[in-house]
Amino acid sequence: MDTLRSKIIPVTTILLIIVAIWYVGAVAMNAPFQRDMDSRNNATPGTMEFIGKTLAQPKPTLPAPHQVAQNFFENTFTRKITSNRSLVYHAWVTLSSTLLGFAFGTVLGIVIAVGIVHVTTLDRSLMPWIIASQTIPILAIAPMVIVVLAAVGITGLIPKALISTYLSFFPVAVGMVKGLRSPELMHLDLMHTYNASRSQTFWKLRVPASVPFLFASMKVAVAASLVGAIVGELPTGAVAGIGAKLLAGAYYSQTIDIWSALVAGSVVAALLVALVGLAGRLVDRAMGGRPA
Amino acid sequence: MTAVKPAVVAASKLGLTFQTNDGPVQALSNVDLTIGKGEFVSFIGPSGCGKTTFLRVIADLEKPTSGSITINGMTPEQAREKRAYGYVFQAAALFPWRTIERNVALPLEIIGLPKAEQAARIKRTMELVNLAGFEKKYPWQLSGGMQQRASIARALAFEADLLLMDEPFGALDEIVRDHLNEQLLQLWAATDKTICFVTHSIPEAVYLSTRIVVMSPRPGRVTDVIESTLPRERPLDIRETPEFLAIAARVRDGLRAGHSYED
Repeated sequence: MDTLRSKIIPVTTILLIIVAIWYVGAVAMNAPFQRDMDSRNNATPGTMEFIGKTLAQPKPTLPAPHQVAQNFFENTFTRKITSNRSLVYHAWVTLSSTLLGFAFGTVLGIVIAVGIVHVTTLDRSLMPWIIASQTIPILAIAPMVIVVLAAVGITGLIPKALISTYLSFFPVAVGMVKGLRSPELMHLDLMHTYNASRSQTFWKLRVPASVPFLFASMKVAVAASLVGAIVGELPTGAVAGIGAKLLAGAYYSQTIDIWSALVAGSVVAALLVALVGLAGRLVDRAMGGRPA
Repeated sequence: MTAVKPAVVAASKLGLTFQTNDGPVQALSNVDLTIGKGEFVSFIGPSGCGKTTFLRVIADLEKPTSGSITINGMTPEQAREKRAYGYVFQAAALFPWRTIERNVALPLEIIGLPKAEQAARIKRTMELVNLAGFEKKYPWQLSGGMQQRASIARALAFEADLLLMDEPFGALDEIVRDHLNEQLLQLWAATDKTICFVTHSIPEAVYLSTRIVVMSPRPGRVTDVIESTLPRERPLDIRETPEFLAIAARVRDGLRAGHSYED
């Protein structure tokens, strides 16, 4: 009852509003082309018939929601998942490099954060570079990474994963620096009175205290990883993956395909973020967290 | 009386000046104090009088800027490295991700005691503070008073002869505070520890202590040291006796003499 009122109803309302706006937009944006076609064929459709036609074009400027839904359904559930027309296949290709890049990025982010928290020199020297790294547009970096790595013989999954790493290490590094510095002064004083070594303070206090920060930053990082993987697929000649699907759709003006690939990407992103959130809740519960 | 007992804490002309943005602040100035073994010494005074700072100097959490201080004949740093004291903070400062017994085990893990010895000490101290049965609970599942008792258990598990307590019951309501004061006295009688206890409650100081150190701010200094004439056995209603009230009045006079009641 509470979830119905507090979550389902508001979210559904917004969804319905978006769909309504989308339909209006689809009719408006597809109308000029439809009017052009009709005048060539000397057709004089009534208003309702005209609207129906704008929502059923094979290559519309803006596909209608039901066209995207139908395409998404067909390419997800009715194709063999090994077929390169299957969205499941493409989503899997993107997902695998997302996960690999996310794993790299998380490890790298944690390592950098540990270094920054423990070595003053790193704190001063590394942090500006880390922030600067994220101001460079990923679209500019991605093709260079792919080309350079291909020149030294590394192709396939790794270059794409590295682009994900590039985007995902940042939130983890920043979050973990904050997390490892989050223990209260009183807790640090306590460890001091025990004459605890630096590594004891690290493992028994800083690490457990940083766990909530880790999961919060991993949620951001996993979404960034997916973006990185998709961007990484664009310059590779677009063989497979959601990025490839987007690019191919753009080449052949298959607007419906583009939109359903976008939907597939969003579904994957939502699943990944939800999974990280779930893992975070499970760990929190295991660490004695108060049930919300 | 104190001269005969070996000194646990001996401070001489102790001073500490903090450098702040508004200029130097004298937190402690010219503190001379000797605390003998088995004493229960309370430090009382308004905020800024340096009572917590003095405790933190004993614990090597602050470095004095002048004078000298020894703990069992050692410098505070050596004493800390030898783990000569247990410290109880104003808040319970339990680790929220550890159960109560794992919290009590924390200092024991750090010393590196064998598991069996850890378990024995945990059991013993949990019984001392009346928390047996709550070992597997997490801190948030306990009331404020129980959390503070757990933090006392953690300090006791250390088995140091000196216990430093910094307003440990300051955040608790009076009923819980009375109860914990009574338990603390029993614990002190049972273990023969030396206790330094910071408070800003006059009745609490008089009820607990064998000696009350009255302090004043600006600069932080000792204005009076009052020996308690109360017996070691102290039921809660001792606080209505004329003897108790006379000591409380002396403490209040000491505070007034140090201008503690002025703005």
